[in-house]
Amino acid sequence: MSLFELTHSLASNTLTSLAGFQGELVLCATIVLILFLRIPKLTARIDSFYIMLAGSVAALYLAGPWHPVERPTELFTGLLVYDSFTVYFRTLLFFFAVLFAIFTRISGVPDRVAAPDAYVLVLGATLGMCIMASANHMLMIFLGVEMASVPSYALAGLLKGRRKSSEAALKYAVYGAGAAGIMLYGISLLAGVLGSLHLPTMAVRLADLLQPANLQQNIGTDTHMVLALGALMVMVGVSFKLAAVPFHFWCPDVFEGASAEVNAFLSVASKAAALALLARVAIGFGYIPESTVPETQAAMLSVADVPAAHDAQRAAAARPPLDRTAQIEALAPARDFLWRVVAFVAVITCTFGNLAAYGQSNIKRLLAYSTIAQAGYMMMPVSAAMVLAGSDPQAASAAMGSMAFYVGVYLFMNLGAFAVVAFLRNMLHSEQIADYAGLIRRAPVVVVFFSAILFSLIGLPPFAGFVGKLQIFYYLVNARLWTVLVIAGLNTVISLIYYLRVVKIMTMDPEPEQRTSTDMSFIPVTYVALVTLPLFILGIWWNNLTELATSAARQLF
Amino acid sequence: MESSYVTLLSLIVFLPSAAALILTFFPRDNTEAMKAFSLAATAVVFLLTVIMALPGEGSWNFDISLAEMQKIFSISWIPAFNIRYYMGVDGISFPLVLITTFICMLSMAASWSINKHVKAYCILFLILETGILGVFLSLDFFLFYVFWEVMLLPMYFLIGVWGGPRREYAAIKFFLYTLLGGVFMLIAILMLYFASDLKQLSDGQLIAAHAVSSHLDAAEQAKEIAQLRSQADPVHTFNILALQQLGQHTAVFSDTILWGKSLQWWAFLLLLLGFVIKVPSVPLHTWLPDAHVEAPTPISMILAGVLLKLGGYGILRICYPICPQAAYDLAYFVCALGVVSMVYGGFAALAQKDFKRLVAYSSVSHMGYVVLGIAVWSLGMWSVDGKQFNADAWKMGVNGAMFQMVAHGISSPGMFFLVGVIYDRVHHRNLNQFGGLFAKMPVYSGIAIGIFFAGLGLPGLCGFIGEVLVTLSAWPYSRALAVVSASVVIITAAYILWTLQRVYLGPEYKGPHGDHLYPMTGRELAIAAPLLALAVILGVYPQAVFRYMTPSVDRTVDDLAAWTRAVEESPSRSVTQSEPPRHESSVATESLSQKD
Repeated sequence: MSLFELTHSLASNTLTSLAGFQGELVLCATIVLILFLRIPKLTARIDSFYIMLAGSVAALYLAGPWHPVERPTELFTGLLVYDSFTVYFRTLLFFFAVLFAIFTRISGVPDRVAAPDAYVLVLGATLGMCIMASANHMLMIFLGVEMASVPSYALAGLLKGRRKSSEAALKYAVYGAGAAGIMLYGISLLAGVLGSLHLPTMAVRLADLLQPANLQQNIGTDTHMVLALGALMVMVGVSFKLAAVPFHFWCPDVFEGASAEVNAFLSVASKAAALALLARVAIGFGYIPESTVPETQAAMLSVADVPAAHDAQRAAAARPPLDRTAQIEALAPARDFLWRVVAFVAVITCTFGNLAAYGQSNIKRLLAYSTIAQAGYMMMPVSAAMVLAGSDPQAASAAMGSMAFYVGVYLFMNLGAFAVVAFLRNMLHSEQIADYAGLIRRAPVVVVFFSAILFSLIGLPPFAGFVGKLQIFYYLVNARLWTVLVIAGLNTVISLIYYLRVVKIMTMDPEPEQRTSTDMSFIPVTYVALVTLPLFILGIWWNNLTELATSAARQLF
Repeated sequence: MESSYVTLLSLIVFLPSAAALILTFFPRDNTEAMKAFSLAATAVVFLLTVIMALPGEGSWNFDISLAEMQKIFSISWIPAFNIRYYMGVDGISFPLVLITTFICMLSMAASWSINKHVKAYCILFLILETGILGVFLSLDFFLFYVFWEVMLLPMYFLIGVWGGPRREYAAIKFFLYTLLGGVFMLIAILMLYFASDLKQLSDGQLIAAHAVSSHLDAAEQAKEIAQLRSQADPVHTFNILALQQLGQHTAVFSDTILWGKSLQWWAFLLLLLGFVIKVPSVPLHTWLPDAHVEAPTPISMILAGVLLKLGGYGILRICYPICPQAAYDLAYFVCALGVVSMVYGGFAALAQKDFKRLVAYSSVSHMGYVVLGIAVWSLGMWSVDGKQFNADAWKMGVNGAMFQMVAHGISSPGMFFLVGVIYDRVHHRNLNQFGGLFAKMPVYSGIAIGIFFAGLGLPGLCGFIGEVLVTLSAWPYSRALAVVSASVVIITAAYILWTLQRVYLGPEYKGPHGDHLYPMTGRELAIAAPLLALAVILGVYPQAVFRYMTPSVDRTVDDLAAWTRAVEESPSRSVTQSEPPRHESSVATESLSQKD
């Protein structure tokens, strides 16, 4: 292939790819616009909130699920993949950006001066998260994680005057750098063995390596340990983004130091993207999707000759190439490894998060541990999907769908929870749970909705959190992961105590004698109500979202 | 036809919730109007169920000649999981629905002494009523579970906000226990759902289970069945009736899943755990004394009168018919649970100094009869020479258990209410500081003695019938169990008589606040008198309840007896396809009335 041909095909590929990248492009334009408008005196007076809002609404419109995806296509020579799963998660992220903009406007943090910075950071991180959700290439995984993380470090330190805030930002940055380094090392190990960074190609190579004929003759078995190590190291990076145990230490401190608005962003958007990434990575190494990769692209992206892969590749070359069914079968050991790792981390994360939440007296710390536990629940269906992928791909995709569903519900739960925390902070000037005592007399509507959110987080009907958990539990039954199922069930009971403690303090404890605060005004109450209402609606009419989530996950398998 | 049933049952279930919604718009300080409005709402719901109970040919009247489910409707709700808005009523659920609406109305009337946050109280109370009625009427397992859990939230707040000094502890304990049971139940539900497959059922069974609408004509039903059978994957279902058919006529739940035990064995155990926590059976009963004692009087009435029945109802409607093999294997275990609860509850009641705690423990003891009655899976269903097979003893046991639930639903709210009446006056419940109430409050003491005797099981009052039927039915199965359960009556007599002696008899009242012992008010009388009247009526004319429930109870038992027979006759003890048995409920009804 000559240089001209290469450039030409790259250019045409890029142009066609941009069609599937419109949402992200709009975000980029919005970022640039916000930054530029600050320079001239005349336009500096324009409130950046409106630009942020317009930008995210436009992105949502361009990337929403009303553009059906016929079949998955690869963008930018296979760096990203555009399928219904991408669309689903991008929709969530853009929708969250819209809600988030309105939220910050009402709560007043960041203030008008800091708003352009904060919005740029949020949009930049969202862009990174979109890349995480649609990553099809190890390089993009790393880039996406970093693009999402670096603005988050700055966001954590948004409250410049507060020591705690700066400390949180530093802690987050140091942790993030460490995790990124380990992840990069893991990626290099995997690339070294498999000779590619393109996920589907890596899966095909892995299937060749793991095919029964090779295993019997002990070909390539010396690389297995390296592969496992590489996979674990990539998991470290993903776990850091997920705040999964044991890479969760940053989470409570950052949540305590950062403002509730930033917490909402970190706990919803960041977690959603990390879960999508987990699904991508798990499927990338455990399954060969139906859409096969065009040979030229795979050739362009792969490293031609890698020493470590020598033996295996030479041996594999001698044999006829495997067909897809055989490849999927050959990947069984990889799936076994993956589901065990994911299930183990999920169970530990969930249990630890719930137990650690007990002793918290600061509501943001409590919610931080709660998000850790929730991440545990949301990882479980990924593990179930890995169990099911070999025998019943349809059930496996539905399991991934249950994860997508829960993420959709989780958006409202955590956004609502942090919105309440932020509004109560404005009202009471406190984030201690004890200061919420007897709040029901002062702000009955908000307390009722906050209680509904907390009950939904526990997973009680008729709230949407229950439906999400029900579906996750169902796929655990389907995959016969009894231990995980029972632990998840017991965790629900454990979590009851600390969520309920908050409700109890708000509703049953006597109001302190001298509470000087004013009542909450109409607009914040309306916002909380609007964010909580979907929890009631989705708790009863959840068919549409289920079908949306399931069809989003269908193209993964 | 179907739409008329939708209206009727949805009205019964959701009318209280709708009233709760309207209550949110009431002005904050007009508490009297709120209470009156709530009482009116509960009264309307009660009236609806009374209309159902009246004899008649209308589409809203409960047809006592039918043993099957009636007033059935089924509307698609969540197609992705084949969940339906599916309700119906039969002789097992109808008496319990009736007692629920009745007790809810009375306890709302008993709520006039509540003066704290009245609006929230009324709203939560009404939501609670929706939850309870929904559980009794749902035929979709998902719907059942949703209602089951929906009850928890209002109950938590009702105990935790309006309760006694240790209310917060009692409320969270209640919540934790029930949620734990609920989670186990959810796991079992999902296991059963995943294993179920409607395609395994015959056409007749599908129609019997209303898996295809019974309101269509034969041709359309055949079309629906053909469509169902044409699907490639198994058709999972939450339909309780279909799950019962699957459990009794197919082997879909018999796969071994863990530690050599079958799926239905595990499902049965998990479901049973969820239900016996609610009943409650020893050793999972410890939430009950706390919750009962701390709850305000009206809520204690609902707890004892209605909530405990949900456990018994669940065992009878779900555990046994869906997992017969497991129930058969574990029959002795469940019987033992019942008997241990009876004995332990009785002795514990004997040791109490707190009046309300004593009544609470008496509930544990009395609900033991329910568990025993349901569980007497008579291995003695074959005659001595092994030729005759009849399930009369078991039928009697289940009928007795059902009657015991109704009777306990009258006597125990009565007892709690009467305790509440004197607590309102003297503000203590210490049994050793009472005495001589007869002289100061003669009418009250007369009613109290009547209701406590009903709880004791005095012949001629409602408590007697259930206890004697259960004890008799246990005899052919296990002499030991029968003897023990009969002896419990002596313990019951001991604690109730001793209580009556300490509270009502004696020369004069020496405890605190003696000057507040004014006679019963009209409102209190209006609540207690109907309970006493019902206790007497059901005691002398139990047929009033049996005529509603016996056909359905006998049918359930016949189905299971046919299953048992098939199992015992086949050498490998595997489940075989068997035709549904013929129903000879009239014979059973006769045999029952003779034994009365």
